[in-house]
Amino acid sequence: MKEQKLLKFLERIEPDKQKHPFWHTVYDGMFTFFYTPNAVTPMQGVQIRDRIDLKRTMIFVVLALQLAYLIGTYNIGQQHFQALGQYTGLWEGWHLKLAYGLIKLVPLFIVSYAVGLGIEFFMASRKGHPIAEGYLVTGALIPLIMPPDLPLWILALSIIFAVWIGKEAFGGTGMNVFNIALLARAFVFFAYPQTISGDEVWISGIEKVGMAYQGMDYGWIHGVFDSLFRSLGWAEFGQGGAPVADAFTGATPLALAAKGGWEAVTSVPQYSLSNMWWGFIPGSIGETSKPIILAGALFLLITGIANWRIMVSMFLGAAFMGFVFNLWGATPFMNVPWQYQFFMGGFFFAMAFMATDPVTAAATNTGKWIYGFMIGMLGMFIRVVNVAYPEGWMLAILFMNAAAPLIDHLVKRSNINWRKQ
Amino acid sequence: MRNGRYKIQSLLALLLLAAPAFASAGGGFTVKNGITIATVALAVFALLGIVLQVAAGKGGGASKKPAYVPANARFISLKKGHDLSILGAVESEEIEEAAVHTFAVQPPDIVGMSPIPKVLVEVGDTVKAGDPLFFDKRFYRADEPRLMYVAPVSGEIIAINRGAKRSIVEVVILKDKEMQYREMPEINLEKASREELYTYLHDTGGWSLIRQRPYNTPAHIMDVPRDIFISTFSTAPLAPDQNLLVKGREELFQKGLDVLAKMTDGKVYLGLDGRGKKEPSKAFTEAQGVEKTWFSGPHPCGNVGIQIHHTKRLKVHQQVWTLGVQEVISLGALFAERRYKADRIVALTGELLKKPRYVRTWQGANLGELLKDNLVEGKKARIISGDVLSGQGKKAESFLGFYDEQVTVIEEGDYFELFGWLLPSKPRPSVSHAYLRNALKKGPYYVDTNTHGEQRAFVMTGQYEAMLPMKMLVQPLFKSIIVNDYDEMEGLGVFELVEEDVALCEFACTSKQPLQKILRRGLDMMHEQS
Repeated sequence: MKEQKLLKFLERIEPDKQKHPFWHTVYDGMFTFFYTPNAVTPMQGVQIRDRIDLKRTMIFVVLALQLAYLIGTYNIGQQHFQALGQYTGLWEGWHLKLAYGLIKLVPLFIVSYAVGLGIEFFMASRKGHPIAEGYLVTGALIPLIMPPDLPLWILALSIIFAVWIGKEAFGGTGMNVFNIALLARAFVFFAYPQTISGDEVWISGIEKVGMAYQGMDYGWIHGVFDSLFRSLGWAEFGQGGAPVADAFTGATPLALAAKGGWEAVTSVPQYSLSNMWWGFIPGSIGETSKPIILAGALFLLITGIANWRIMVSMFLGAAFMGFVFNLWGATPFMNVPWQYQFFMGGFFFAMAFMATDPVTAAATNTGKWIYGFMIGMLGMFIRVVNVAYPEGWMLAILFMNAAAPLIDHLVKRSNINWRKQ
Repeated sequence: MRNGRYKIQSLLALLLLAAPAFASAGGGFTVKNGITIATVALAVFALLGIVLQVAAGKGGGASKKPAYVPANARFISLKKGHDLSILGAVESEEIEEAAVHTFAVQPPDIVGMSPIPKVLVEVGDTVKAGDPLFFDKRFYRADEPRLMYVAPVSGEIIAINRGAKRSIVEVVILKDKEMQYREMPEINLEKASREELYTYLHDTGGWSLIRQRPYNTPAHIMDVPRDIFISTFSTAPLAPDQNLLVKGREELFQKGLDVLAKMTDGKVYLGLDGRGKKEPSKAFTEAQGVEKTWFSGPHPCGNVGIQIHHTKRLKVHQQVWTLGVQEVISLGALFAERRYKADRIVALTGELLKKPRYVRTWQGANLGELLKDNLVEGKKARIISGDVLSGQGKKAESFLGFYDEQVTVIEEGDYFELFGWLLPSKPRPSVSHAYLRNALKKGPYYVDTNTHGEQRAFVMTGQYEAMLPMKMLVQPLFKSIIVNDYDEMEGLGVFELVEEDVALCEFACTSKQPLQKILRRGLDMMHEQS
């Protein structure tokens, strides 16, 4: 009965398609979110359809990201307070860390969806087709691959670039050549490099005053949380502006490894193997916690949403390249044992959520093996050899996105030649 | 295939999760702890494999050769595809007489037929079973023999129904109480030349039973096929048991095979059921003068197209012929009894039938009369001539398809469902693993015609390939059809497919693409080019 009421209500408020095409598109998007349409199969063709649709497929990827969001939020706070030498224990001041992380992440999340979906809705209404679900995933991925202190306007700009030029110009969801989320990151990387590279960007709320680092002042929103915490009798943010701890460098494990190899990484007490594994190190918001990402990856593999061929071959490719570098051993970074390479940087996030994007990856099964392996090799190559920036998955995946049609073409050729025999 | 995927997944997970273990072992990766981890991983992996196999029930994995398959027989085990289990299967093997009075031959059922064939009868005429009704005038010159489509039953022509643009859609016959057969001319199968055989078949309607690959059109009038293929089992949802269809007509079946053997320089291939559920009829296993291949695997391994691909692949500019079991029987009767006997055993199936059953009737029976008093009341029904995957939706006053031997009745799904994509309220079949219920329970499921989502651009990849047991790049093929790329279409093997082969892919498609329609467009384009 209640269901029927909602349906009646929704049917009553339907805007006119001719007069208000934009609002009708938005309405249609909302309506199909609430109700699967009453469309039936045509008389010719298949008479029943599988219950799966693109909405469910996409939402499963978002679900797989939820734990990464949780740990990512906490880690923003954890890194911030650790740099200041406060609450250095993992669970000390947990409410402050969580609140700090939320204050950073929620605006990024809102801007990501508001801007991206805004463009999607607008373009859909212009083109007169229903809203596709592609941005559900992209919008959830983008905040996770950005540094926590990224200014919101840069984020908005990067999304406008990625969605408009990278996707809508090609025809919308399913037609894009490059991974949208990585395109947004690449935009920031090349247009505003100071916000995404260097030592100070990966830890939130630290600024450089003269030659020394110190914590930034807290804002009004922290004050709101403070009043809440005060009433509960918990520790508060205070004014901020505290100097950083003596041991603070701000460098990520990868930056250290690029300079001094594995010894330089392990000399920092914070970068223990277990911290790196569980993700309590500086980095992009979602990329640090390996078990969480792997749990998400496993979820996607079991549900069959993500392709296992790409994941396996990308792992093999990266391991192979790391192994080759070990044999080569020309620089300290090359000498980092190959298995330790996986503890640093965003390999697993790239493997689980970026390379497996079905639209931009190779479409054929053989092609997927080549595609994944090449990403693994190239990404590791860029990480180790590139002196300017010690990480390579974004560039490797974007490069292989461009190469994926070529790989598919070769696979198709081989099938065509086989058929001629 | 599916099990293999689970194994690799669990192996991958263990490999990755084992990374900290050997990292924290201190000295990095050594041979000793490497072996330890590998052993543990293998043990857990094997255990997982067993658990998953048990959870998956009897399905999945390479099927073993059943005991009834002869030791030296050619046995092909296929793994791709999916057995859809839906409600409404026929339980009793008893065959009832159907009380059907009107029958029709429907030109649109015949692929490639011109919209307005030349009709040779008028309303009010009486015909005998086997009397010509119409012929296609599109592809044949005046001096060529005419491929006749003949009356399946004797009686009075009561209607010649026209559709859009005056096309002829039905030639309807009201059946006599007592069947009258047209006495066919004498022909000696042993001595007749191929030309004489061909002429005889063109005239008597026997030729209309044969379909050719590529395109699934009737065989061209002068062609000699490379080979002839017959599948003797069907894997489609609720499909009739072919062993039952041949029962009591074994000799006619063998006669039909003998006729076919005379018409090709190649061989007649029989595809036999090697799935191990039920031993095929002796009519199939002991058929003479044919090459037998056993197949095992999920749907669509019973489709003749899949069997051709694995027995002797169709290549460019080649033609092979295909027939159904009941069509071979009709062909046999043309020679053994000199009559066009189009009697068909039809499986009436589906969840909206009070009692699914087998009935004996003739080609092109009226659907409403077939299903009389058998429909569940109070539900909006979709009547399908054929199976739910490749059949055609029809109205109750319409008729069984020319080649169909199954009727499926399911519910129309024109309802809105609250959060249907997220929290489905009813269990429904799915090949996807994104539903726990489908992973644990194989069915049978209640189905309806709702599309469960809207059409989208191609997003997922590899879905079609997992549903079609052929060495074929299905999705790239469909993209090449959409962009009219003839060379690539041909290169990727569009001519090996007909609609029924990709029906399962269409069912499984996340983006709800109309694959059968796209394929037909591609085939028509190729056909016009050739």
